[in-house]
Order: sequence, then C-alpha cells, then structure tokens
Amino acid sequence: TMLGGLPGNARAQDALEPNSWEEITSYNNYYEFGTGKDDPARYADQLTTEPWSVTIDGLVDRPGEYAFQDIMSEMTIEERIYRFRCVEAWSMVVPWNGFELADLLDMAGVQDGARYVAFETLLRPSEMPGVARSVLDWPYVEGLRLDEARHPLTLMATGIYGRPIPNQNGAPLRLVVPWKYGFKSIKSIVRITLTEDEPPTSWNKANPREYGFYSNVNPDVDHPRWSQATEREIGGGLFSKRKPTLMFNGYEDEVAALYEGMDLSVNF
Amino acid sequence: MNPVDRLNGWARRLPVWAVYLICALPAPYLFYLGLTGGLGVEPIEALEHEYGEIALQFLIAGLCITPLRRRLGVNLMRFRRAIGLLAFFYLTLHLLVWLVLDVQILSQIWADILKRPYITVGMAGFLMLVPLALTSNNWSVRKLGPRWRQLHKLVYAAALLGGLHFVMLRKGFQLEPLIYLAVIAVLLLMRLDWRAIPRLNRA
Repeated sequence: TMLGGLPGNARAQDALEPNSWEEITSYNNYYEFGTGKDDPARYADQLTTEPWSVTIDGLVDRPGEYAFQDIMSEMTIEERIYRFRCVEAWSMVVPWNGFELADLLDMAGVQDGARYVAFETLLRPSEMPGVARSVLDWPYVEGLRLDEARHPLTLMATGIYGRPIPNQNGAPLRLVVPWKYGFKSIKSIVRITLTEDEPPTSWNKANPREYGFYSNVNPDVDHPRWSQATEREIGGGLFSKRKPTLMFNGYEDEVAALYEGMDLSVNF
Repeated sequence: MNPVDRLNGWARRLPVWAVYLICALPAPYLFYLGLTGGLGVEPIEALEHEYGEIALQFLIAGLCITPLRRRLGVNLMRFRRAIGLLAFFYLTLHLLVWLVLDVQILSQIWADILKRPYITVGMAGFLMLVPLALTSNNWSVRKLGPRWRQLHKLVYAAALLGGLHFVMLRKGFQLEPLIYLAVIAVLLLMRLDWRAIPRLNRA
C-alpha cells in the first residue's frame, strides 16, 4: 500500500491526479545544467549515472562508499504520489518510486550524537555545463534535521511512473521531502553525512534572507519577492487558475508535530 | 558602395509600416504557441517572459539609434518612433499577461506592486513610458517643441529600470539579465559628453 500506517489525510493522496511524464520531465530546476526550465531536459542526458555510489559518513556505525546497486538490492521500492511545490510558486503531482530515507540511514547505522543529515549533489564540470557559472556555490548541498530525515514521508526517489528516474529529475537517486519547497529535495546524491551541527544548505548560503534552513511550504510566510499564498499547477495551460497553497503542502497532519513550539516565521 | 551607405539605402526604401507589421507579428504568434503547447508546460510564465524580453530588446534597439548615427553614420532615425512604440506594445502585453493570466487576484496585484521591489521597479519603468507613448505623434512633437526632447529622455530611466527589474526577478545572480543591464548601461554612458568631464575637473 502507498502510505500504510500513516493516519488520516495521507490516504486522501490517492485522489491526487499525477502530472504527465512530459510535464514532470520537461520543466525542471537543476542549475548544474543551466538556469532555464528546459536546460536540464536538454543537457542532462550527458550525465553518466552508471556506475554510481553514495558515500555515507559522519556519525554512522558503517561508514563507506555504497554502490547504488547494492543499496537498491537492500531496499523495498514503493510508489508515493506526492504534491511537489516549488519555492517559485508552481506545483506538480509526481508519482515517485523509491524507498524511505530512514531505511537507508538504518543500513549505515546512525550513532547517538547525530542530529542532522547533510546531502551533497554530484559535481562533475565535464558533464554539467551550468556549473561553469557561479550561480550557486557548487557542489549543491542540502540538509535535514534527523527527525525530518527519519519521517516516513521522506523518500529517496529512484523512479517516476515505474521507470528509472530521468537525469533531469535527479538520477539515479534523489531526496523527496514533500512538505518542503522543492529545492530541499536535492538531486543526484553522492554523499550523505550524519552530523551533530546544522549543515550548510546551498540556497541559504546564497541568500539567507530569502531561503531558510527549514523551507517548509507555508502559505503565510511569503518569499521576500513573491507571495507563497497561492500556486499554479503545471499543466493547466494558458488560462489555468491559481489555487491556494496548503500548510506544509497538504501534509500538516503528518508533519506539524515536528515543529511544535517553533515560530515558523522565524524558522522559515 | 560602402556597407554604411548600402544600409542607409535599404533603410530609406523600407516603409515604416512594414517595420510595425513585421515586428508586431511575434505577439500573436507567441500567444498562439502558448495556447497550443509550443511554449512548454508552463505557458503563462513563458509568455510573460517572452513579451518582457522582447520589450527590453526594443528599448535597447531604440537606444542604439542615436549612437549608430553619430558614431557609424547609420541613419535609422525614421524607425525610432516605431521601435519605441513597439517596445511599449510588448511591455503592455507583458503587463497584461502578468495582471490577467499570472496574478489574477486584484488585491494581490496592488500588494505586489507596493511590496515587491522588482515589481515596483518594473511598474515605475512602465509608467514612465506611458507619457512617451502618448506623445509619440507629430501633433505632440509640434505642440511640445523643445520640451518633447526633454520629456523623451525619460526613456533612459525607464530602460535602466527595465534592466534592473530583469536582474532582480531571477533566483540568484544570473548571466543573461546582467548582460541586458550592462548593454543598457553602456548605451546610456555613451550619451555622456566625456569631453565635458575633464573640463569640469579643471574648473
């Protein structure tokens, strides 16, 4: 089952209508291949994703370089149909295939002192034309608090629509945190590090006023340059209507408890 | 015949109405592409950006006319009004797509104009061009006399605001908008009377 064991609203996701393959794979932000929405689809086929390995290090019992195939043979792949909300105020619904990040963390064995998980994207200038420009401080890095990382909604995606995930969407494996803005869901991961301290994150480094560490989808906290109250669903054509953005992107019942007592306009 | 004379010859033969017609054609064509999927899966944003970028290109083209004549002897003066009005035409379409298709919510439009600097900057640039568009006719030129030239210098500020608006709206500092802003800045700097500056220093 899709979200067995999760209460309430999560199951209502069965009603979500996924975007088409074409929509999901032609409109992407993956700045390593360029800043245009069509740049990733145009250039990401140059990316070599075989062989691939992920270094898992830091505060873990079994640090090392894990081959992608070895990880896959240990994990149970399931389908998760999630809303995807970009910080730029557009959204999609994506039928991901993947496994829970918690299972991967268990595979490496998280030590007691670990409180955060840091992620790093591949940096390979010979295959990534976008990194020639310093739009961001490469490589792209992201991070989660350990409880966010271990949440059952947090996915490591390896496929879309039952097919291997296309390069422009972050092959061969990427993070998906459906209640956060899309840029948190880091692509093409080569390193996962368990840390004691909050790790640096790319967009926060680039502009801390606009992008916080948490970056939870929140219609009440605007981006300094645009409103986050509404979003446009991709695929509605030239006359599509904006729709209201949901708190935690519609996953409030599942994740609100993670942030109890926190001021979300300060920890944005 | 040297290339400049040849260019001037072509320019003399090209009717102004043809410039209006040819240069306005991308507007309905882009709209048609947006309707039929030719602008990708997010046609509203794409159309808004296309119109905005074309408007900037016409603003830049308009700023090129004087330096082209002064420095290279290429005379395109008879197209200057058409180019300016085309810039305004595309800018209006850019604004309309933003108002009608993009933001949609009236209360939010006003909030955006006041609250979001890149929209404030863009809107200020647009408003500066309104009186210029309204006075782009022979009657106004005659009526306003020397004040017409003074008034139309507003295009310098408007172009600068347009370039700034483009830089500000992107995530991170991206190359393309910076190139636009740099081109506009260079075209404006060329208008400064550099010989006057050392004289000022001596004074």
